[in-house]
Amino acid sequence: MAEPTAPAAAPPAAPAANGRAATKVRRVRQVRELGILLALVLLVAVTAAANPRFLTAQSVRDLLLGATVLTILAVGQTIVIITRNVDLSVGSVLGLSAFATGSLFVAFPDLPVLVAVAAGTALGAVCGALNGALVAAARVPALVVTLGTLYVFRGVDHSWASGAQINAADLPDAFLGLSTATVLGVPVLAFAALAVVLAAGWYLGSYRSGRELYAIGSEPAAALLSGIPVGRRVFAAFVVNGALAGLAGVIYAARFGTVDATAGTGLELQVVAAAVVGGVAIFGGSGTVYGAALGAALLTTIGTSLAVLRINPFWQQAVVGLLILAAIGLDRLLAVRTARRLRGGAPRGA
Amino acid sequence: MTIDRVRTGATAATALVLLLASAACGGTTRGDAEDQAAPQATGQADPNAEIPAGLSVAFLPKQLNNPYFTVADAGGEAAVTEYAGEYREVGPSEATASSQVSYINTLSQQQTDVIVTAANDPNAICGALNQARQAGATVVTFDSDTDPACRDLFVNQASAEGIAQTQIELISEQIGGEGQIAILSATPNATNQNAWIELMEAELERPEYEGIELVTVAYGNDDDQDSFQETQGLLQSYPDLAGIVSPTTVGIAAAARYLSGSEYRGEVALTGLGTPNQMREYVEDGTVEAFALWNPEDLGYLAAWAGAALSAGQITGAEGETFTAGRLGEYEVGANGEVVLGPPTVFDADNIDDFDF
Repeated sequence: MAEPTAPAAAPPAAPAANGRAATKVRRVRQVRELGILLALVLLVAVTAAANPRFLTAQSVRDLLLGATVLTILAVGQTIVIITRNVDLSVGSVLGLSAFATGSLFVAFPDLPVLVAVAAGTALGAVCGALNGALVAAARVPALVVTLGTLYVFRGVDHSWASGAQINAADLPDAFLGLSTATVLGVPVLAFAALAVVLAAGWYLGSYRSGRELYAIGSEPAAALLSGIPVGRRVFAAFVVNGALAGLAGVIYAARFGTVDATAGTGLELQVVAAAVVGGVAIFGGSGTVYGAALGAALLTTIGTSLAVLRINPFWQQAVVGLLILAAIGLDRLLAVRTARRLRGGAPRGA
Repeated sequence: MTIDRVRTGATAATALVLLLASAACGGTTRGDAEDQAAPQATGQADPNAEIPAGLSVAFLPKQLNNPYFTVADAGGEAAVTEYAGEYREVGPSEATASSQVSYINTLSQQQTDVIVTAANDPNAICGALNQARQAGATVVTFDSDTDPACRDLFVNQASAEGIAQTQIELISEQIGGEGQIAILSATPNATNQNAWIELMEAELERPEYEGIELVTVAYGNDDDQDSFQETQGLLQSYPDLAGIVSPTTVGIAAAARYLSGSEYRGEVALTGLGTPNQMREYVEDGTVEAFALWNPEDLGYLAAWAGAALSAGQITGAEGETFTAGRLGEYEVGANGEVVLGPPTVFDADNIDDFDF
């Protein structure tokens, strides 16, 4: 069709920072992002070969829209994972924010859409601040804290909703229109996700405080000794992640139109999977948001492709799981090879 | 007051003894359940018996504040008012069996004549219900049944056959009796979904539907994102698809949302089971012509009448007996003490605004 196929490839893996960092490590990283991009292109090509309708304008728009929520969540999660933490509460934060946005519109039907977006994002930031405070100040492992807040936020959501549901008829057309609006044939929400990816990638790559997040994740003790305000940086990472989860919640409400207290249940694992598939090391210190965004695009495209290819539904989840294992395996293999090359090529400090 | 309290105490003591007794012989033999079920059907039914004035009827839904049960209970209240009984609604704030048990015990102590409940678990509230029955209460379940041994009647919202027939009828009308259709279901191993799908397939065998071809069944796992993707997949894999049937509320809402914002709107018909509030937007914008669901208000109404008929002795719960349920007319008790509400209600642009659930 008239639509270029490029948008399906989501954000390009553009090099963010110039020079300075170890070039070898960067080259390996770039190759890895290229690998995910290649997998994505291959998947789209194979599916399109089997069913040419996979590349119609409507379908490409659907693919881009489908990836927005997961992409935004994966960007936030990456910022947290880079600091050697994890946030498992994002699904609940998304649910809470989605329901809050819907309730806001039920109470004030004439509310401007931007105010709702700001409110949902702010609510997410508050949840993120709670996580961050517990992790950074109370020094409790993030896995435990966010596992707790996963249930706390969901519980708040349930008691607030108390069985009620927000329906499409309750939401103003301007808000619902967010998810169908396009500019030059590309959905507005996809642009929003792209903006989030580019902004986060630029910050992590070019700003001192962004680079410090990597330092914290590589070796928290060393980061502390070199004067990096570890607690503050980790706290900020959680707040940003919470805010992005809140934003994703608003988009979720606009996209699906129907929101109850279970919105986003179980999403946290998909988000972590997207980041890991995108080459973000689960133990922190390496990975980019571009990779995570590609991972999110890849995971959602797999879901759509399997549906288009009419793969037996009993197999779909297993295929997704296999892909995650393959990605983690590749991650490990490359890490071992990089370590060996660094040892052999540039013997330092030994 | 004092007498009341003494009586309550005595009932509680009796209940405790019964509890211990039932706990002591719990799970011994398979015959147990039948023994317990037997006495209810032995009495003589007197179809002309009067419903006593002031009959106390309590509705115990799965959960309070659940819009579905709020509507169902309102139907119950209307029925109770019609036969001049005393209506009450009690229930837990969360849908768990354990919280229902304490409410059943309280109702039993208060000598409630009829308890109408939707079970959160088919077995967990059995003991409490049987105690209440020993204490003289009539127990009617609706929406979700318990083990048949623990209640007198079950008011079923719709028979699986009725659901299958209505949906095939709707989709056939909407696609003009000809073309390819697909089913968007919940999870691949959901029991009720699979039963409906099987019956829909059987329904399609009938000669009047020979122009309709069911091409596939897709599974949206009752998840918005998955249902979206599966709908997209269906539309791309089957370019000639004329209609989609989604017998699950999550699936039909997601599919409708997708269709309403895509180029397929108005081209591909969509029907299934959904709630009016959920689907209002899509009926108004023309994405969906008509869909179905049982009317929860009628369900509560029928359950209240069934309870009264039992309590008054018009019926005993045996198969083949009939009773009159106010404006809904006459109903017959089926096998296993089940009363079926009837075919689902069809909602379309003309009547959707009359419903709020």
